[in-house]
Amino acid sequence: MAEKSIGRRFSALFYSVKIAPYVFVLPFIITFLVFFLYPTLNTLFMSFHRIVGVGEWEFVGLENYRRLQNRHFFNALRTSSWYTFFTIAFLIPLPLLIAVLLNSKLLPARNVFRSILFIPSLVSVIVAGVAFRLLFGNTAAGFVNSVLIQMGREPVRWMLAEIPGMFIMVVLGTWRWAGVNMIYFLSGLQAIPRELYESADIDGASSLRKLTGITIPLLKPISIYVLTISIYGGFSMFTESFVYWNASMPADLGLTMVRYIYQQGLLRNDFGMGSAIGLALLAIVFVINIIQLTFFGLFRKE
Amino acid sequence: MLYNRQKKIESVIKFSLFSVFLLIAVVTLFPLYYLTLASFRPTELLFRSGMELGLDLENMTLENYQYLFSGATRYSTWYRNSVVLTVAYTLVSLIICAMVGYGLAVYQFRGRNMIFALVLFVLMIPLEILMLPLYRLIIALGQINTFTGVILPYAAFPLGIFFFRQYALTLPSDYLDAGRIDGCTEYGLFFRIMGPLMAPAFGAMTILLARKEWNNFVWPLVVLRTNDRYTLPIGLASQIDPYGTGFQVLLPGAVLAILPIVVVFIFNQKYFISGLTVGGIKG
Repeated sequence: MAEKSIGRRFSALFYSVKIAPYVFVLPFIITFLVFFLYPTLNTLFMSFHRIVGVGEWEFVGLENYRRLQNRHFFNALRTSSWYTFFTIAFLIPLPLLIAVLLNSKLLPARNVFRSILFIPSLVSVIVAGVAFRLLFGNTAAGFVNSVLIQMGREPVRWMLAEIPGMFIMVVLGTWRWAGVNMIYFLSGLQAIPRELYESADIDGASSLRKLTGITIPLLKPISIYVLTISIYGGFSMFTESFVYWNASMPADLGLTMVRYIYQQGLLRNDFGMGSAIGLALLAIVFVINIIQLTFFGLFRKE
Repeated sequence: MLYNRQKKIESVIKFSLFSVFLLIAVVTLFPLYYLTLASFRPTELLFRSGMELGLDLENMTLENYQYLFSGATRYSTWYRNSVVLTVAYTLVSLIICAMVGYGLAVYQFRGRNMIFALVLFVLMIPLEILMLPLYRLIIALGQINTFTGVILPYAAFPLGIFFFRQYALTLPSDYLDAGRIDGCTEYGLFFRIMGPLMAPAFGAMTILLARKEWNNFVWPLVVLRTNDRYTLPIGLASQIDPYGTGFQVLLPGAVLAILPIVVVFIFNQKYFISGLTVGGIKG
């Protein structure tokens, strides 16, 4: 008798609508606490300490943040900022234009083109980088250098100077991401009700007028989304630089913010400094995104 | 007359659009074409070939591919590691994301909105900044240099949870009531009735997660410390050196790393696209 009621109570647990949702979301709660909240607090803690060994630390106040004022930090910040700026300068207008044209019924074989343009995003940055290392070889016989020589110009030592180095990172990043942003814009375009264009046609609006009057304003939310993730992606860039320079380079060539975290923390065991860089990066990205979102009126109630 | 002229203009537009896109497609595919071509070239010709773009059948060779599997590097080990890690991560993450997303969509419970807000919050933080504390945590958990260490922190993938939640919201709740009347447990409802109804979401997420893990670099680089545990991107990156000597491994290695994902893409295109769009867009 007693056994039966225990059994029933036990099986009632499986039927309980009150308990079930918590069981379902439990993996996220555990992950959030263990692999997000704890590391966040831990990195905040480490940024105020000098980490000597496992379980050994020494309070240093703001010392780690003060140490951020060195030329490597500013080099990394400059590289990441320019990279973010240039990738956004290409990765918003270009995929937007391609998506608008791709959405036109007048383009034959548009699905084939859509698929082809999406292929680069399937390839890992390292693997794609191998191809770009080959194309942008430093020697005169590299592909791009051969083209330059053919055009009567000097070959460039792509991986050995700052501006060409930035160029090849941006080219790789743009090649890899354009297809993804194009898909975002395409889905945004397909969500625009066709009736809007039909009534514009009745009013005799030109194609250009339809683009500026309907398409671009209605793509604003998706454009803001793409801009926001591009800012995150740009500032957290690591691999696009690693594939060209997998060791530390003179003059901090290819040193980005995340590489600086990696370098200070994992290569030099300076977890306090590494944490300070990480939190500075987080603050920078947050501020830029809040300014950007305010500027584009996301928080404005319309 | 007028109609004919309009037709003519239309075909001119069609032709020029097509030409523009043909050019874009060629530029897009060119690096991969060049990579594949170079992988069949003898290494001594590699840096002398410059602009030679044609298929030079006479000089084509499989020696780079033979070298790749000759035991000079652990390429086949990296490949196997990538397959194992991708399959394991995809399975674990699929189940977790589906469960959490389903739980958030189907049930009304206290804390639901807060948990959903936390999912979105995590989605907005670049996780690279947590690299160092996560590294120390993984060491403390004794999971350094293991696939478990690579998988655990990212198994509950916020975008995946969001995607499954959005999908589960569209499921009819009649099935739930019917299942309950038939004596199904809450978990039975998920595994036997609602789970199978989410098949298209599973399709899209399988592709998204597998592609993400196959190409994953930064976190595996932190966790995997020895050559026999490397995945393809990390193993290949370890062969990069400033003098270009690694190309004999890098070129065929890169081609073979791209191949499976492109093949899967060709046959499952709609899943690739839908996995991207439903998840990301709120506007």
